[in-house]
Amino acid sequence: MSYQIPKFRHPDLPVNELGYTRADYEGAISTLCAGCGHDSISGSIVRACHELNLEPHRIAKLSGIGCSSKAPTYFLGKSHGFNSVHGRMPSVVTGAAMGNRDLLYLGVSGDGDTASIGMGQFAHAIRRNLNMVYIVMNNGCYGLTKGQDSATADEGSASKKGDPNPFSAIDLPGLALQLGATFVARSFSGDKGQLVPLIKAAMSHRGFALIDVVSPCVTFNNNAGSTKSYEFVREHAEATGTVDFVPMREEITAHYAPGTGTEVTLHDGSVLHLEKLDEELDPFDRLSAMVAIEKHRAAGEILTGLIYIDKDSRDLHDVLETSRRPLNTLTEEDLCPGNKVLANINSSLR
Amino acid sequence: MKPTDISNPEYFHKVVDCQYACPAHTPVPEYIRLIAAGRYDDAYMINWESNVFPGILGRTCDRPCEPACRRGRIAKGEEPVAICRLKRVAADNKMDIRARLPKIPEKKNGKRIALIGAGPASLTVARDLMPLGYSIDIYDNQHAGGGMMRSQIPSFRLPGEVLDEEVNYILDMGVVSFFNTEVDSLKEVLDKDYDAVFVGTGAPRGKLLQLPGLEEAGKQVHIGIEWLASVAFEHTESIGKRVLVLGGGNTAMDCCRTSRRLGGEDVRVVVRSPFADMKASPWEKEDAMHEGIPIYDNHTPKEFVIEDGKMTGMLFEKVEAVYDENGKRSLVPTGEDLVFMPADEVLMAIGQENSFPWIERDIGIDFDKWDMPVLDATTFQSSNPRVFFGGDAAFGPENVITAVAQGHQAAVSIDLFCRGEDVSQRPDPYTNLVSQKMGIHEWSYDNSVENDPRYVVPLAPLEETLRNRKLEVELGFDQDTGFKEAERCLNCDVQTVFDAPRCIECDACVDVCPTDCITFTENAEEEEALRQRLNAPAGNLAQDLYVSTELPTRRVMVKDENVCLHCGLCAERCPTTAWDMQKFLYSVTKAGL
Repeated sequence: MSYQIPKFRHPDLPVNELGYTRADYEGAISTLCAGCGHDSISGSIVRACHELNLEPHRIAKLSGIGCSSKAPTYFLGKSHGFNSVHGRMPSVVTGAAMGNRDLLYLGVSGDGDTASIGMGQFAHAIRRNLNMVYIVMNNGCYGLTKGQDSATADEGSASKKGDPNPFSAIDLPGLALQLGATFVARSFSGDKGQLVPLIKAAMSHRGFALIDVVSPCVTFNNNAGSTKSYEFVREHAEATGTVDFVPMREEITAHYAPGTGTEVTLHDGSVLHLEKLDEELDPFDRLSAMVAIEKHRAAGEILTGLIYIDKDSRDLHDVLETSRRPLNTLTEEDLCPGNKVLANINSSLR
Repeated sequence: MKPTDISNPEYFHKVVDCQYACPAHTPVPEYIRLIAAGRYDDAYMINWESNVFPGILGRTCDRPCEPACRRGRIAKGEEPVAICRLKRVAADNKMDIRARLPKIPEKKNGKRIALIGAGPASLTVARDLMPLGYSIDIYDNQHAGGGMMRSQIPSFRLPGEVLDEEVNYILDMGVVSFFNTEVDSLKEVLDKDYDAVFVGTGAPRGKLLQLPGLEEAGKQVHIGIEWLASVAFEHTESIGKRVLVLGGGNTAMDCCRTSRRLGGEDVRVVVRSPFADMKASPWEKEDAMHEGIPIYDNHTPKEFVIEDGKMTGMLFEKVEAVYDENGKRSLVPTGEDLVFMPADEVLMAIGQENSFPWIERDIGIDFDKWDMPVLDATTFQSSNPRVFFGGDAAFGPENVITAVAQGHQAAVSIDLFCRGEDVSQRPDPYTNLVSQKMGIHEWSYDNSVENDPRYVVPLAPLEETLRNRKLEVELGFDQDTGFKEAERCLNCDVQTVFDAPRCIECDACVDVCPTDCITFTENAEEEEALRQRLNAPAGNLAQDLYVSTELPTRRVMVKDENVCLHCGLCAERCPTTAWDMQKFLYSVTKAGL
């Protein structure tokens, strides 16, 4: 068994604008089961961060408990990390984000951590439009405790040693839309071509960005009869369209002829190019997105891709008019501006 | 692209870069693992089977394996495994291996073979044919076997005991030797009713530059290889204080270093070409410079300067290398004044040639316009079916390991010929492919990749080695260093074998591969197009792509073999054992098998 990844990397790996290769965004060697979908999601996060030219020390990765929540050890080894209590990752992110708005907050959670024990926290983080990326590594089972059905297991789906699940599933994107999420997407760990641009878009979005990633559990839930196996997802995934992430507005004309596809300019000036969109889906319309999810679910399909985006999203900092600077940079002078300011405030209240 | 046919042994053979580059195709990673395991005898025997002279080659080989070594490609500044010097570790640390040498049948098969020349090629033929029951006579004009290994390689690089030991392993098989015997007529040899004759007489004639003053300079000018031989056989024991060595090959390096040991104080190597283009191996140039010998490059010799009937030095013209659009080099004079270098003696090491004045031209052996025998490149048979060639005598000067490889092939041909079979029907190589899986995540080879930089071979103190021409300069790795150097080997013979029907396309191998070798993508018609689709640049066209059959998503697995570390992580992270690490053994089939 290998406990370390060899230090050698491909000698001709491309470097990004910061001079980093993909290897600079990697973490420790995975201890998840061989073939776990989570490792592919880790790989996609590494690629997205490299391509976005993010400085590793400007990212904070936070997680709860579960196989998914172990995963942050396996990527972004030079970033900040916080492995919190089960289901309580959103409140830790809330605190961190309020304290320092300059970091990029990447929450990693699982179906148990999100849809069961952490459901309350998940819902409120969405309501408040906390500025974070929230990735659910969703395998429909409790892999760390031998594969019991989780709250996202589809009705009728059976895990390796289990009976068909008698309960209805919680659909996280559907729930997030209902709670007012401003960025909702679903993807599949086995489709990096779709997942990487979605992660990049989510990281560029201002506000709460949910990506529900179906991520097969090879050990307990990759059998015939499971609706979260590699084979089932490949056969039943229906993409909303193709998503391409282009870093700058100027570059988009070089990529696409005018009039093809739909474009969204994100908060940081980058552009999302959506092509071959589902005719019935308007990703800028919440109702249309909710209908599309339900329609595909009724048809036994898994809708993937960008499902909804609010172009005018205002995040928690905007709403609360918080300090524009991280709290740790505020000096005594900022915090105690003196008698004159106090007198001004007092007089305004008289 | 079509799926890769891994049942063709040449595919995986090519992945083992060192073995593929070795003319004798010695299974390098296999013996390096045995050295790491402290099994020096086994490591030695694997070498001996393949290259016949492990102790000699572990000191003197031209090592084509090392520039090919994958280790040298996996990072900038990373150096190849010290394969050659590890071979010496096996030879130095082995016990008495004579009991493991092949048994020679008491009852001979009745076929008689003559070997002309007792160098590495002929000795290899004897090694391969003696165990089969052949009766072999070997002829050489020197007093002992070894050929150029004895006459041209100085003792400070190759001690006499090491040479004698490995030459004698073969002669002691019962070869009848005729030493101090000059063969001056091949016809006479053929008339002795040998069933076959092998010519392994090397390239014995050193070239001489016809420059003004040469005649007057007389005995102050020597031909490099002749001078080295006369030192080796102790006819020459000293040289003047100021020595110029002309030439830039390994013979020039041997000449200058020997001169330093025979009294030369101001010894210089002067070469026409730029330093980087010199034919000498980089390490031999380093060794010469380490001994205080300067190398003057871009100097073309023009004439010997004679004063009062004595040579006092040479004049050189300074040149520079100019390359045309085809990369063809020409040396253009810079127009500067001629450079005078004083010298008491001059050694010319500017190349050597074949010479066959002793082969009659009416005995059925065709010669080409360069006066070289016309041979079949695979069988080494001449147009006289009874006569075979090998070593430098076959296709001109190469090196010891090439001579050995050719000797093996000539032995195969001679054996087929003597049995009345078609010499063009070459035997297939012996191959074996075995899984190294020991447990869920365990392999029977050490799959972790060590980070150590290449270890340097320790040297004897310079002053001592310069005082004694027979004192070996290199001390060789001790066992501990040998182990550490052996651990640098990537085990490229442990192949990544992919079984497409088992693959569930989970991407685990892609994600874990440290060097981004693996890609799942749509196939392409042309290799070039497919290379463009890979996750990492795949610009090394000398390295193959391993392409699978089509997978359920209609994609294929493509692995660029170029910088694969053979770390086994793809197989460790594969949930369905679609990837497996399998050890590939490839050995060139020897005569009689």
